[in-house]
Amino acid sequence: MQGTGDILVVDDSRVVRKAARRIIERHGFSVREAGDGAEALVACRAALPRLVLLDWNMPVMNGLEFLKAARAEFGTEEPLVMLCTTESEFERIVMALEAGAQEYIMKPFDDAILSGKLAQLGLVPEESEA
Amino acid sequence: MNAEGFASIAALVKARSGIVLTPDKEYMLETRLAPLLKQDGIASLDMLALKLRDPRAEALARAVTEALTTNESSFFRDGKPFDHLRRLLPKLMAARAPDHRLRIWSAACSTGQEAYSVAMILAELGIRNAEILGTDLSREVVERAREGSFTQFEVQRGLPVQMLVKYFRQEGGRWRVQPALREMTRFEERNLLVDHRMLGRFDIVFCRNVLIYFDPQTKGRVLNALAAQMAADGVMYLGGAETVLGLTDRLAAVMGERGAYALAPAATRMAG
Repeated sequence: MQGTGDILVVDDSRVVRKAARRIIERHGFSVREAGDGAEALVACRAALPRLVLLDWNMPVMNGLEFLKAARAEFGTEEPLVMLCTTESEFERIVMALEAGAQEYIMKPFDDAILSGKLAQLGLVPEESEA
Repeated sequence: MNAEGFASIAALVKARSGIVLTPDKEYMLETRLAPLLKQDGIASLDMLALKLRDPRAEALARAVTEALTTNESSFFRDGKPFDHLRRLLPKLMAARAPDHRLRIWSAACSTGQEAYSVAMILAELGIRNAEILGTDLSREVVERAREGSFTQFEVQRGLPVQMLVKYFRQEGGRWRVQPALREMTRFEERNLLVDHRMLGRFDIVFCRNVLIYFDPQTKGRVLNALAAQMAADGVMYLGGAETVLGLTDRLAAVMGERGAYALAPAATRMAG
């Protein structure tokens, strides 16, 4: 079974967006992109994605600001939010979880990490070893 | 390398670990043993094969065997056995005396992710009176498992972030399992081919993705030896691609639970 729906990739690096898109599309999702938190909010207002893959440090509106705004506007259940950032301090991770993120990726990431996290969130079936 | 050299190294590795190296694995010898050759100043694999004939070359033989052991691991790897374990443990504990010390064996534990995954499940279920034994052929990985210290890459494979912040602490650039979980675990160097009776009885045995490296005869021998250490209502978890069919009649699949096996008389009772 393939994933359905769309995932919003929010990162100010086009290279990172492209790398994430390639992995996510392989699982059958469509991908939208945003370059900062403000663009991401606009995209969410147009249609809520199933998941926001969210960088932390971005111009205009950073990831944590977006997360807080999204939770205030759309509630705590959706969209699912997974940070994907170079911020790898314990305290930063806790801060993101307390603000309502469901998962967290510390960059750099690869296919195994991103695909594994998508499976943990129940968005794709776990890749079986059988 | 010449066929004789290959056969001689393959025979040594088989005798020491049970791992079967077929001639198509020559590339594996070349890539995995290259660092060892360089470190010890040995000119070629053929030269290595010659050196290994010396009975005094114990350290070298050990290093060769360890280098050819696959140490792939991740937390909650292939999640189904862990889902089953979560459902099984309350039932198993209910059938035990209140002071029973739950014993779980992670056979071929590699760097400890499987043992620590089990420890996290026990903690989530509030089971404190438990011992998790991790064993592996490789001294190096056993030492790493004991440390319980993992890279950023390792803790992102299979481990939900909520469990990372709950059960790990950041130490420099690494993540270390908290003392409460480490105290539940014990790791020791151990060959799966030896007599295990001194280890006593286990409620649960994990032996996943190990048998695939053995020939059928060795698979059967190992399965029987592990089964002999299981409690009558215990469960053994094998890898998703592994089976007991044609290898032993002491174990049977738990119906509907991929990778879970029970002692043959108990398996039918566990179905459903």
